[in-house]
Amino acid sequence: MEEKKLLEIKNLVIQYEVNKVIVEAVNGLDLEVGEGECVGLVGETGAGKTTTALSIMGLIPDPPGRIVSGSIKYQGEELIGAKEKRMRQIRGREISMIFQDPMTSLNPVLKVGDQIMEVILLHEKLSKADATRKAQEMLEMVGIPANRYEEYPHQFSGGMKQRVMIACALACNPHLLIADEPTTALDVTIQAQVLELIAGLKENFNTAMLLITHDLGVVAEVCDRVAVMYAGSIVERGTIRDVYKNTLHPYTEGLFGSLPNLDEDTDRLKPIAGMMPDPSDLPKGCAFSPRCPKATDRCREERPQAAEATPGHFVACFHAAGED
Amino acid sequence: MENLVSVRNLKKYFNTKEGQLHAVDGVNFDIPTGTTLGVVGESGCGKSTLGRVVLHLLEKTDGQIFFDGKDISDVTPKELHELRRQMQIIFQDPFSSIDPRMSVSQLIGEPLKIYKLVKSKEEYNKRVKEIMDIVGLASRLENSYPHELDGGRRQRIGIGRALILNPRFIVCDEPVSALDVSIQAQILNLMQDLQQERKLTYIFITHNLSVVKHISNDIMVMYLGTAVEKSESKELFKHQYHPYTKALISAIPRIDIDHKMERILLKGELASPINPPDACRFAPRCNYACDVCRQSMPPLEEVTPGHFVACHRVRELNDL
Repeated sequence: MEEKKLLEIKNLVIQYEVNKVIVEAVNGLDLEVGEGECVGLVGETGAGKTTTALSIMGLIPDPPGRIVSGSIKYQGEELIGAKEKRMRQIRGREISMIFQDPMTSLNPVLKVGDQIMEVILLHEKLSKADATRKAQEMLEMVGIPANRYEEYPHQFSGGMKQRVMIACALACNPHLLIADEPTTALDVTIQAQVLELIAGLKENFNTAMLLITHDLGVVAEVCDRVAVMYAGSIVERGTIRDVYKNTLHPYTEGLFGSLPNLDEDTDRLKPIAGMMPDPSDLPKGCAFSPRCPKATDRCREERPQAAEATPGHFVACFHAAGED
Repeated sequence: MENLVSVRNLKKYFNTKEGQLHAVDGVNFDIPTGTTLGVVGESGCGKSTLGRVVLHLLEKTDGQIFFDGKDISDVTPKELHELRRQMQIIFQDPFSSIDPRMSVSQLIGEPLKIYKLVKSKEEYNKRVKEIMDIVGLASRLENSYPHELDGGRRQRIGIGRALILNPRFIVCDEPVSALDVSIQAQILNLMQDLQQERKLTYIFITHNLSVVKHISNDIMVMYLGTAVEKSESKELFKHQYHPYTKALISAIPRIDIDHKMERILLKGELASPINPPDACRFAPRCNYACDVCRQSMPPLEEVTPGHFVACHRVRELNDL
């Protein structure tokens, strides 16, 4: 079991304090990413996916955010409480991040090539000429002709901006790439191009990836393992096959039931009743219990811990692991 | 079955600095009463413009629009005002399409006031309550404001506003795209129930093919202002004949991990819709484009009964 993990998050708790009200964004999250592995983090709006990603990068705005407890280990090194100087070395070089919205994440008044070069100059001892050459190579790698180096973001379409973001993130060949909804803002045919590019990274550079998305289809296309997040904690995690074919948690089941299926004909969808709970007023027991068709008194009183149902397949539900 | 809405050779051009932008370029369709026409395509294909032109929210450049057997291509503002009672729209963004300073009951009841349909305060309240009930908004929310509600509830307000006049036809412009999947399923079920109860006719505009398959009777696939393929919904997902439709359907990420489809990757991105040449709009990205594709625009032809495709090489490529 003591196999070395690239990223290991244990019992992470993050809260935001807004107007004296405590918002519990992340509640006891456990997550691992192995060397060269692609893990999908799935959940709906407000589940705490982005907060988790920002905490790994040490980018939680404090105040109002606060990491209350837990640990985030990168190659065995604790990142919570690490010095800002150290975090700056890690960001971009060891771990880098692609943000959801390529339209607003690039600087509109800098040439796209220079934005890639900036990352390289920051982390590598290269002359400006060499860094420029490397930035051009990066552009080519993501499928943009190097002669567009001198252009500005507004001259690029959404899909191409996302490619530039990917080039920035990969410029220093990081071990771990965190991609926060990298294709959500894109059309499907362009999304297919970007997913192909992302899948290629894993093969060519052995880059590990944490892919954050709400799209179960995207996860099935590119990930090895998946973690399903609800109201700040992981309710189910395992290999793609475990979670998609042997679904155990009622929330995961609900997500699949809500999706119109392309390959089968369903007359009526089976949505999950009700709404996401207010993160400043979470239910006492299992956070999903108010919406869960299987909920019992125990679920409403006591919070289920993640248990290993089959090797590597964890689920946090009293009704899943044959406990009832 | 009678067609409630038909359009013939509908065109909408916008004048821009660079030239004429062909947003909708010669579209034809018929929608039988009580059914749904799904319009799919990627950003910039003209699907939203099409929906708006049909409702006269944008004035057409050319072509004809028929509603309930009558030509409504050129109506006077007064006639249009009356028509609007029967033709409504649900917008994509539940965050920006409703007035943040109006309460839920004001938002839903506003159309009643505009059309002076109620005589007393009691009747007004009763009608608003009825609609709130139908769209699944708890009556305790009647005095809430939009910022207090989540996206799903706001979209229910949008649906309520469209429904309160008892319309016969609704253009739904990406009504679930901004919502999470579990909420999206609730709204889709609601829209299907309403259609059955009230014999509503929908144009359902979306970029999400799984959603459109689920809710539509017929589907029209658009590319740069033109319809490239049109057929009955189930048929379209069984047989795709246009290279663009094939690529589009193969590009959807599947949740079924045991039956992976071969993804067809398209080259490049959407060409400019400004002053397009007389050629197949898809030719620059098409893997099968040849000289004839670059020389004339292919017409939408019936290749098998009820299945229409606009491609010069459709028969040759699909052995039809």
